[in-house]
Amino acid sequence: MTYLDHAATTPMLAEAIAALSAELAQVGNPSSLHASGRRARKVVEESREKIAAAIGARPIEVIFTGGGTESNNLAVKGLYWAARKKDINKKRILVSAVEHHAVLDPVMWLGEHEEATVEILPVDNYGRVLPETLRKAFEKNPHDVALVSVMWANNEVGTIQPIAELVKIAHEYKTVFHSDAVQAVGCLEVHFQNTGLDALTFTGHKVGGPQGVGALIAKRDLELTPLLHGGGQERDVRSGTLDAPAIAGFAAAITTAVSQRVARANRLSLLRKDLIQKVQENVPDAVLNGDPENRLPGNVHFSFKGCEGDALLMLLDAQGIECSTGSACSAGIPQPSHVLIAMGKDETTARSSLRFSFGSTSTHDDVDSVIQVLPAIVERAKRAGKTMVKK
Amino acid sequence: MTKKVVAAMSGGVDSSVAAARLVDQGYDVVGVHLALAKVKGHAGGKGCCTLDDARDARRVADRLGIAFYIWDVSEEFQQEVIENFISEYAQGRTPNPCVRCNEKIKFQAVLERSLALGFDAVATGHYAQIFETPNGPTLHRAIDNKKDQSYVLSVLNQEQLSHTILPLGNSVKPDIRKEAEERGLITAAKPDSHDICFIPDGDTAGFLHNKLGQEPGKIVDVETGEELGKHDGVFEFTIGQRKGLHLEKPRPDRSPRYVVGTDTKSKTVMVGLASMLRVDVVTATNLIWCGPTPDSQFDCTAQVRAHSNALKAKAFHKDGNLTVEFLEPLNGLAPGQTITLYDNTRVIGSGTVVTTSRS
Ligand SMILES: Cc1ncc(COP(=O)(O)O)c(C=O)c1O
Repeated sequence: MTYLDHAATTPMLAEAIAALSAELAQVGNPSSLHASGRRARKVVEESREKIAAAIGARPIEVIFTGGGTESNNLAVKGLYWAARKKDINKKRILVSAVEHHAVLDPVMWLGEHEEATVEILPVDNYGRVLPETLRKAFEKNPHDVALVSVMWANNEVGTIQPIAELVKIAHEYKTVFHSDAVQAVGCLEVHFQNTGLDALTFTGHKVGGPQGVGALIAKRDLELTPLLHGGGQERDVRSGTLDAPAIAGFAAAITTAVSQRVARANRLSLLRKDLIQKVQENVPDAVLNGDPENRLPGNVHFSFKGCEGDALLMLLDAQGIECSTGSACSAGIPQPSHVLIAMGKDETTARSSLRFSFGSTSTHDDVDSVIQVLPAIVERAKRAGKTMVKK
Repeated sequence: MTKKVVAAMSGGVDSSVAAARLVDQGYDVVGVHLALAKVKGHAGGKGCCTLDDARDARRVADRLGIAFYIWDVSEEFQQEVIENFISEYAQGRTPNPCVRCNEKIKFQAVLERSLALGFDAVATGHYAQIFETPNGPTLHRAIDNKKDQSYVLSVLNQEQLSHTILPLGNSVKPDIRKEAEERGLITAAKPDSHDICFIPDGDTAGFLHNKLGQEPGKIVDVETGEELGKHDGVFEFTIGQRKGLHLEKPRPDRSPRYVVGTDTKSKTVMVGLASMLRVDVVTATNLIWCGPTPDSQFDCTAQVRAHSNALKAKAFHKDGNLTVEFLEPLNGLAPGQTITLYDNTRVIGSGTVVTTSRS
């Protein structure tokens, strides 16, 4: 099997499995005051410190959550409500057009239910938010923005955003900035304090940790209205018994991933280069999407003229090659990707796309396996595409 | 080479067992759920278009250990089935959307796509049988008379039939449920769907009003021309209909009156006595032969609804036009309906009714 969907989820690292398994055999609620509780608490706090060190934050800034989706919801809603509590006029949310649904949907929800004015920041052909775009959005009204949320790197096309510059502009207007760095952490250098971000999302299962655990890094003095009320375990911002085994696995994974980051990124970008080059040689009308240079090291994203991404995915799946159209939805009914549409692609092109994403277990053999079958599969999908053309 | 088959899995018990049987028979099976209606949202509706059904189908595929995908054919379905349904009604005809869906979606768009993708056949959970003969495949009724669906498949030509597998045609429905249970399929106890899938509440008139608006007109006695009432749209009425007329004046002899005709131009609904519903001769177009092309004149039985009796008839065809003379009494047939011709259990072919008359 050729697994080229590491952007969806990537295998757990051995260090993470060891840490998680060891903790599974233990008893103790980190909030309990007795010895077992203290032991569990120690595991959680040591994990917090490791994660903080790996991401350039202080331990107190780490809020554990149930994953990237929860972190994004907490950031977007929590920052919006907190901003409005202080100033009722702060209703505008500036958000990039290429965000993951875990950011876009809570933003839209705030628009529908909480009087937010949603302003979608357009992107260029590579999917980048240009700094002047953000500046213009502020200049319209410098005083009504509740928060800005722009992802660090895009999960579909891999494009990296000019985060540092964008943060600087938001801060000129004294506005908080959140970034979804789920795809960036472990692949790119992500240092929370150096970028000046106010809040940052990341998740365990994209860095070789378990699924269902993540963190929101939030500046100590950042005001966040909680989503989950209860025991107040995490700074009173997030309630719920902490999942000590998952957190231990998460910490082990990110520590390993960050310490090996440069070597792995170099290795993945060579695989990326290899696959891009060979796809272009073997399928000359395939079009690479996203920033050709400044992209996630493991991301390859192509549009295949005249094909449906779903047909390609199915045919590759039948050959044991696993990739993604980049836009899964709950029922598996394909929607054209909002990311590609925002980048100026038409619907047909958007539907003709495939994402291959490399990770820790990937090798050049994976590239060769793809290339061995891809040209014939593209031909076949083209024929099938013609049958679906409206009569 | 193992044959590669797309098993269309609606999420109901029939298509679940059909897929399971194919796996047992050694085919290389991929399960495909057809997303027919654009449903952004959640459970609730019944019929064949909900997320719940997709989930059930996927769970059956898991159980069978086969790959599973959802194919979005909602645009084709919208154009070819729903729009067609509306425009047929707007023109005073009575279409059968399931027949249309089989003709244009399942065994055209989906079959063509499957073949192009390298599959050999499409399989469904319909109750009908296909037999190979020296003259090519032929379509027959299912052995379960009550469930027989050969009528809604009578739009498949031999080319389509040669790429179609119907694993349930030699079984009776109670056995299929039992089999689903024995196989541990979660769809075993699901109720059958009866409604038109894109009108899950069964309110066809309401659906058409929603699409076509109000088109008020008169209800008149076809013999006297006397106005007997008003209506909100000719499309609410089908020939043979008795209910929902709300006539102001009963006949002096109290005998019931039926819709005997509609005129979309003058927006008039004509009503008359049951005797006026009798049909002796039918003409049809859109002829499709499900087996070898028959002689220009032949004896047959003819069926005009999914679950009505087949009646003795004589058929004539020339240049794609069909005339059927009924030898047994037939009441109430509307233009737009599908007329299917049988030779005993074998489906000869079908057409779409254009005119009906009494001799
Ligand atoms: C950019 C981005 N944000 C958020 C998420 C959601 O994270 P999680 O799966 O941990 O909820 C993902 C992954 O699916 C992602 O790629």
